[in-house]
Amino acid sequence: MQNTFYNEILTDHNLHPAHKHDLPDANMQLEGVNPSCGDDIILKLKVEDGKIVDGAYVGDGCAISQASADMMLDLVIGKTEAEARRLSDIFLRMIKGHITEEEHEELEEAGALIDVSHMPSRVKCAVLGWHTMDEIFDEPQKAMEEAGQGKAEVGES
Amino acid sequence: MTITQDMIDRVRADFPLITEDVAYLDNSATSQKPQSVIEAGKRFYETENANPLRGLYRLSVAATETYEQAREAVRAFIGAGSTEEIIFTRNATESLNLVAYSWALDNLKAGDDILVTVIEHHSNMLPWQMAAKKTGANLHYLYPDKTGAVTEEMFRNALTPETKLVCMTQLSNVLGRSYDLRTYAKIAHEAGAVFVGDGAQSTPHIPVNVTDLDVDFFAFSGHKMLAPMGIGVLYGKKALLERMQPFLRGGEMIDYVTTEGAVWAELPHKFEAGTVNAGGAAGLLAAIEYYQKLGWAFIEQRELELTRYAMEQMKDVPHVTLLGSDRPEEHHGILTFKVDGVHPHDIAAMMDEDGVCVRAGHHCAQPLLKYLGVPNTTRCSLAFYNTEAEIDRFTASLATLRSRMGYQD
Ligand SMILES: Cc1ncc(COP(=O)(O)O)c(C=O)c1O
Repeated sequence: MQNTFYNEILTDHNLHPAHKHDLPDANMQLEGVNPSCGDDIILKLKVEDGKIVDGAYVGDGCAISQASADMMLDLVIGKTEAEARRLSDIFLRMIKGHITEEEHEELEEAGALIDVSHMPSRVKCAVLGWHTMDEIFDEPQKAMEEAGQGKAEVGES
Repeated sequence: MTITQDMIDRVRADFPLITEDVAYLDNSATSQKPQSVIEAGKRFYETENANPLRGLYRLSVAATETYEQAREAVRAFIGAGSTEEIIFTRNATESLNLVAYSWALDNLKAGDDILVTVIEHHSNMLPWQMAAKKTGANLHYLYPDKTGAVTEEMFRNALTPETKLVCMTQLSNVLGRSYDLRTYAKIAHEAGAVFVGDGAQSTPHIPVNVTDLDVDFFAFSGHKMLAPMGIGVLYGKKALLERMQPFLRGGEMIDYVTTEGAVWAELPHKFEAGTVNAGGAAGLLAAIEYYQKLGWAFIEQRELELTRYAMEQMKDVPHVTLLGSDRPEEHHGILTFKVDGVHPHDIAAMMDEDGVCVRAGHHCAQPLLKYLGVPNTTRCSLAFYNTEAEIDRFTASLATLRSRMGYQD
């Protein structure tokens, strides 16, 4: 098989995603959309005491957007918000081509998307999940409302 | 006619960017350019460059001559009655906006109806949405059947006594189907409406005669028909153009100016404000000469052969669905398709890995794709300089897509 960007890691996460399902007890969620491509996901997180204890996504779009969201969840479930945000920063820098080898390793399978840095038209697809997660943390109130959670219920967590 | 391999080889040799490295199958987005067009632009800047229509010295006169020669070539190419009816713009989009701003805003009123088909490119839809909002006119859409076909009866039913404007493409950039503007313009005129034809996709593939079609306005882009980017055309009937206000105001489009106002220049200059794209016009002139040299018989026959071949090859690939008609005659080289379970952006990226250029997305026709129930598709669009070998490369790539995405069948 020729040298292809669509390697097995990517296609496997796209066709057999571990985290593409509903998450009824999610307490934070937001929709992320790339209007020009039609990529559309809803990222759902269950966050307790500042830690992502579970996560999932639903939606559709190109293989890169879907696989990237799935790989991201592999990586951030079990991490604190601060750790997840740090990984997001590394991922976004990888896409821009500014990353060290150690950082690349930290991304585990998500590091398979490194070649997107040479594919400007696909950057939006690769970062959709990560951007949506950042937005959840930037706008927790909105994300909790979207998950159908009242203020009081999760205000403490 | 019998098209020989030698004829095909010679045509391909005219296009410097056409090589065996990549199969360029995105001709509906923009065509490749023959050497003669590239040379014409180069020659203009090397030997004639001066601001046309302004200078009284010989160089400027030469630039003006080339520019006006291009206008005459366009007139003859689309069968218009007079060069006064040929306005140079940047592209079809600008031409359509010119009609929307300078004709529609001043001639439509609340309660009037505008009829547009849902087949239209956004460029032949958004200007009319704007005109409807600003004038209070109502925008109505004509829906074709699911293969894109429109019948005379459908068209008649979509008209109302209030219809004052009808806007319709001559050839769909998604389905490749052509529409009988002659019949629809006639019906529209009987109903008292003005008819705007979008020729962006038809001018590269079929001979056009605006006098025969009897359309009131007709818009197209040079870059889709072998000419450079940045030069386009609006044809308008003189009687309408004369009564319209300018679209843009400034230099070159006046007879005289006082501090209070101005008297507009005669047609067509009234609609060509500012320094014009004379280099682009020189390229368009060369493009028209190229079409004439090659002849429509060759172009239409070759494009039909290629379309038929591509459709036959695609039919054998499982999980592939073609949009539009199943008759090659109704495609004009435009083959928009979907592949089960594979997103068009991934298709285009994988085809790129195989050296095949195709377009993925909504093709600036979101309402049409929504109506057809396919938000995203991939489009292979052929031109007369493509070959069966390039189509083989495309279909070979097409056949591998699902397995490369990890599907078992
Ligand atoms: C049917 C149709 N109309 C209008 C346009 C707009 O052409 P341009 O972008 O050159 O203005 C296109 C281009 O894709 C088209 O296909």
